[in-house]
Amino acid sequence: MAIEKLQKRLLQGNEALARGLVESGCVVAASYPGTPASEILGSVKSWQQAEAVEMHVEWAVNEKVALEIAYTASQTGLRAATAMKQVGLNVASDPLMSAAYLGVVGGFVVVSADDPGPHSSQTEQDSRLMAMLAKIPVLDPGSPEEARELAGVAFELSERFRIPVMIRPTTRVCHACQDIELRPVTRLERTASFKKDPSRWAATPKFRYQLHLELNGKLAEIAAYGPTAPRCLNPEVKSRRAVVASGPAASYAKELFADLQLWDKMNLHQVIQPYPLHSSFVDSLLAEYDEILVLEETVGVIEMQIRDRHKVKGKLSGMVPEAGELLPEVVERLLAEFAGLTVPVQVAVQAQGGRRPTLCPGCPHRASFYAIKRAAPAGIYPSDIGCYTLGINLGGVDTVLCMGASISQAAGFYQSYRVTGQRKDIVATVGDSTFFHAGIPPLIDAVAQGARFVLVILDNVTTAMTGNQPTPAHGSPAGRAVHIESIVQGCGVGFVETADPLQLPAFTALLKKALAYSREQGVAVVIAKSPCLVDRAVPKQKRRQPTVSSACTGCRVCIDQFECPALRFEPDGKRVTVDPMICSGCGVCLDVCAFKAIVREEIP
Amino acid sequence: MNQQLIICGVGGQGILFVTRLLAESAIAKGLPVLTSETHGMAQRGGIVVSHLKVGAFASPLVRPGRADALLSLKPETVALHLHFLKEGGAVAANAQQSLADVAGHPVSLIDADSLALALGDPQAVNLIVLGRALADSGTLFCTAEEVEAVIRRKMAGKDKQLARALAAFRAGLEAGGKEDGAC
Repeated sequence: MAIEKLQKRLLQGNEALARGLVESGCVVAASYPGTPASEILGSVKSWQQAEAVEMHVEWAVNEKVALEIAYTASQTGLRAATAMKQVGLNVASDPLMSAAYLGVVGGFVVVSADDPGPHSSQTEQDSRLMAMLAKIPVLDPGSPEEARELAGVAFELSERFRIPVMIRPTTRVCHACQDIELRPVTRLERTASFKKDPSRWAATPKFRYQLHLELNGKLAEIAAYGPTAPRCLNPEVKSRRAVVASGPAASYAKELFADLQLWDKMNLHQVIQPYPLHSSFVDSLLAEYDEILVLEETVGVIEMQIRDRHKVKGKLSGMVPEAGELLPEVVERLLAEFAGLTVPVQVAVQAQGGRRPTLCPGCPHRASFYAIKRAAPAGIYPSDIGCYTLGINLGGVDTVLCMGASISQAAGFYQSYRVTGQRKDIVATVGDSTFFHAGIPPLIDAVAQGARFVLVILDNVTTAMTGNQPTPAHGSPAGRAVHIESIVQGCGVGFVETADPLQLPAFTALLKKALAYSREQGVAVVIAKSPCLVDRAVPKQKRRQPTVSSACTGCRVCIDQFECPALRFEPDGKRVTVDPMICSGCGVCLDVCAFKAIVREEIP
Repeated sequence: MNQQLIICGVGGQGILFVTRLLAESAIAKGLPVLTSETHGMAQRGGIVVSHLKVGAFASPLVRPGRADALLSLKPETVALHLHFLKEGGAVAANAQQSLADVAGHPVSLIDADSLALALGDPQAVNLIVLGRALADSGTLFCTAEEVEAVIRRKMAGKDKQLARALAAFRAGLEAGGKEDGAC
């Protein structure tokens, strides 16, 4: 059924961006999920189905593979896009740098979503710096509607200059929702046609120098490209001061110009393409204004291209904070200060507190961590990126570095202790999707180098943290399912066993067996297989909730060591009760309580 | 009509759903709307907050001291987000006891946890609180009838789900008629 046109719909920024890609004739899209970019690919798939367009849309095993698949589609002349979060672009940076030199045929768009704050990321890194490093243009939408619009602009720019183009939304674009009018989908009717040209597509270093010169030439022209030029939002005003803003900071500035009555007092320029900044814009800024305030997230990318350290105020000058999200209340204070107004009294903010995120009630990871602590109480616990990072609350997570590092860190700990004459139990945890993403090379390395540790693969058969995207274990309609157990065996691991952590005593015994193997022989892998409770694809089990009997001594082991949010310590300080609002009835706490005070009538 | 709202609680309570119901009610009335949602790790039982701005706005975030009303699905998230409210801004919250530190704000409380358990639907706290907020006419930019129409449209064809949703929504709405919120 075709979508009704010209009707306003509530779209999330990621849905709007996906809409823009599909409207612009994107044919191949590949992604790996990561907050705040996770909803882009699923939305591309929804629009593709709703509009009945022929596309290849895939959840790739990681961002590098996603970028390479989409880039290759561009080499065949098709429009293609890849989407990821900022740290995902670190993983995909290798092909990106090279693709910038080689250039594109069909339009090629790389969406890299930043997370100033950070709200759900390891770093606040600014993907626009990655665009500068790669020497490709980057566009900075300030709202869901701009994200939709800039997808089309990016494809045009990419094809015009035969260069990859980055779109850099931030959390406040990705996870904002707005009323948006759908536009018709462009059907380009192209067919894949790869023109062999080894001196370009497989260029050797000698040719790469030529390609670098070409790339520099393209950037100089892009810095004069009309459709991405900065937009002056009040050109009728002549002022000695100007504000230059991009992304969500530009949206805050638009509202604050009204609230602070600045529209007729100074110019506001919105930068659409922070890199390369338009050269004539830089010249006119420096010629026309005495003072320029630059508002952008997260690094002073625009600011550093306006080469005057006296007139320009921003992050480099020390006026604008260089870390954390540029919230509208901060922008308000900066604008008032810059305009010479009385700085509005800032409302006192309640000290943040409330509650920390925690594994869901009934989450099988909680049982895994509890068992690991029981089996290896003096162990080191390297862990990884996913929901199970929250095992930190249970004392089951000692390190989190980046995707897949739990396994290399386990090996690193083993080698460091061994070389200094010591032995230590090491139990690493990694999720199933993270294992597919970046866990296989370090496992091969660990086996080949003789490292000794236990790796617990927390296999809930989904990418849970980002919204339950599929993993290679699901295969695809056209492909085959890939099994973790056979990968582990293929890596040369001598001990591989699978068990359900919700069967706590048996699972703890299996971990002890694996530890004994790892102390004597090498890497042991335990696959903790149990479905995610928030995965809608898994049918809900009807399980009776337990109750707490008078045998409860108030010892707090289930509260402090097991940390299930459905177990509450009563304010009287004497006993525990079960919260019927959230208890999933997994029953693991029955095995956790040493006094057998948590009981459940079994369903006959 | 310009209105700025904060909707808060903890992950898993369905804050995004309430936010979208209100945002779609705005669109149905022909009003521009912007919202900001919490995704990612905080959704795992952490504090979740949505901002919703109806009318002539360019950005989705509400500045402290600017919100017209605060909807809270947990008692403790009222204090955490009270700084967003403007002077005299309204509070509608799920709470069993009266709240401290809300002087100067019209407050509508409802014991949504107990009501949801009585309905046999612990997941329905969000719609009960939304119903309670809409019981006081004039607090929000839209009416209970307008929101109900959106609920019906979103759940068209899912009769059981719709019946549960409407039961919860109406329980909140009707409780508003009986209770004096400013306890």
